[in-house]
Amino acid sequence: MHKYILRRLLLLIPVILGVTFLVFTIMYFTPGDPAKLILGESAQPAQVEALREEMGLNDPFIVQYVRFITKALTGDFGRSYSTNRPVFDEVFARFPATLKLTAAAMLIAIAIGIPVGIISATKQYSALDSISMIGALIGVSMPVFWLGLMLILVFSVNLRLLPSSGSETIKHLILPAFSLGVGSAAIITRMTRSSMLEVIRQDYIRTARSKGVAEKKVVNKHALKNALIPVVTVVGLQFGGLLGGAVLTESVFSWPGVGRLMVDAIRQKDSPMVLASVVFISVTFSFVNLLVDLLYAFIDPRIKSQYR
Amino acid sequence: MSNEFLNIKNLHIHYVTEEGTVKAVNGVNMEINKGETLGLVGETGAGKTTTALGILRLVPNPPGKIIDGEIFLEGQSILELPEDEMRMIRGNKVSMIFQDPMTALNPVMTVGEQISEVIEIHEKLSNKEAFEKAKKMLELVGIPGARAVDYPHQFSGGMKQRVVIAIALACNPGLLIADEPTTALDVTIQAQVLELMNNLKNEFNTAMLLITHDLGVVAEVCDKVAIMYAGEIVEYSKIEDLFENPSHPYTRGLFGSIPNLDEEVDRLKPIKGLMPDPTNLPSGCKFHPRCPHATEYCKENHPEDTEIAPEHKVKCHIYTGQVKPKGEI
Repeated sequence: MHKYILRRLLLLIPVILGVTFLVFTIMYFTPGDPAKLILGESAQPAQVEALREEMGLNDPFIVQYVRFITKALTGDFGRSYSTNRPVFDEVFARFPATLKLTAAAMLIAIAIGIPVGIISATKQYSALDSISMIGALIGVSMPVFWLGLMLILVFSVNLRLLPSSGSETIKHLILPAFSLGVGSAAIITRMTRSSMLEVIRQDYIRTARSKGVAEKKVVNKHALKNALIPVVTVVGLQFGGLLGGAVLTESVFSWPGVGRLMVDAIRQKDSPMVLASVVFISVTFSFVNLLVDLLYAFIDPRIKSQYR
Repeated sequence: MSNEFLNIKNLHIHYVTEEGTVKAVNGVNMEINKGETLGLVGETGAGKTTTALGILRLVPNPPGKIIDGEIFLEGQSILELPEDEMRMIRGNKVSMIFQDPMTALNPVMTVGEQISEVIEIHEKLSNKEAFEKAKKMLELVGIPGARAVDYPHQFSGGMKQRVVIAIALACNPGLLIADEPTTALDVTIQAQVLELMNNLKNEFNTAMLLITHDLGVVAEVCDKVAIMYAGEIVEYSKIEDLFENPSHPYTRGLFGSIPNLDEEVDRLKPIKGLMPDPTNLPSGCKFHPRCPHATEYCKENHPEDTEIAPEHKVKCHIYTGQVKPKGEI
């Protein structure tokens, strides 16, 4: 098991290299001159040229990338073009807010998705099942930003129940977490339902019933643990989606997280900031996926025996 | 006090689907006495497993439904029992061994847990005591008790079937239903498992309903045999009577399709035709389209049980005197 974890951690290195290379390339080839951005509209061409030289922006692409990576390895992602503060510190300061938002959204998604999926499967073709499936369809179909705006309209503007922006109290968390989590809740519901429907027809469920196990226990003990294996996979992947969705949600709700920081940075072509944010998010996602894979071992003994 | 353990009267089970109604079991009568073994023989799709699931009231619903009939366990009618009371019968008074041991065990629970679960439910033992008894059950079926903490994927097919047997016998049931317990196993393992089941059955004086399509297995373990065709029992007798004097043309056909070691035969004699479509069963005698002796009379009239010898019943118009057999039966 330890060996497996170590191997997975080492695999993070190529993943991060790949991600940074991709983002660095995109930022490099998008129009706009960072030197001009720093000096402002009124700067003289000679000044701009001097700064470009100083920042190494005239070097070939690959030289710039290698320089970036070597520095990044020591934790130095450079300074923001717009605020001139170390980007790492800024991203790090904003990160807890994003983590709080995505974790809350994930909890909401799981708390809705798994129970509704189970009920839907055990009462297949009932009215309850139809309602859940229609609900799930609506849930996946609504864009995060649109749902966010609608929630603000209803709960903040009309009903005046919940704040529309800020992050001070738990009340501030409700609307953004909900609008971010609904899509995942819908996907988890559908996944739990189909997985459960498959498991409930298995022979070992019949064996459990033939032993006199109560139906509730058949579902929650014998069937659920087997049905959860594919659901856990989806939950892990959804976490990535939530991190991505957080970018939009944070903008809609003025949530002070990495997502909003990144959007502002992209707008200002603040490459160091964008890169640092993306690295943070992708490392988080990779860790969550590792956790999910380890979780399999606890659910399924057949997988555990392979982790050696 | 009668010696009877199971009595099924006129059982009808249908599966209602959009494509039509599958008439899986049509008027089955059956009696099993305490400690006795009844073999239920028939082709795939004859309704054997459905009958067995009916006894446990585990016919998947929807689409399956017990339409008519009665089932008595030790004189108690069980079809009207509330679900909670029925649960206390399953695994306790009546337990079942399923056909495929590879899929009959839950892959995410240890075998010990799976055995002790049934003990916990029915014997009101604590978790720990039940697990200890589960280990003893494992040893009884020839698996070291220390392996109780292992998961099903760590066992071979034959061993899994032993675990399934341990689950089924853990609460010392009055009736054990074994649904083709050896079909999915190697021939050498088959013999071992059969012997094990036979020994345990004798030790605990358990009645058994053995579902199989292997007449050899029947000859080895059963006291009585019921031959099932298209949801009906067409012949019912003691084991010696059936092997000495198979009477229904279908039973004859079954024996004819077994190779005989003493005779030099070029070709086996299979029964002509296929099992009828259960959504559209033939009129009259359900075997008539495949029967070499069938007449117009068989097409129109459904045969009832005729007792041709004590405890030897046949559903065939030859024995009611309505139809003359063409040559030897």
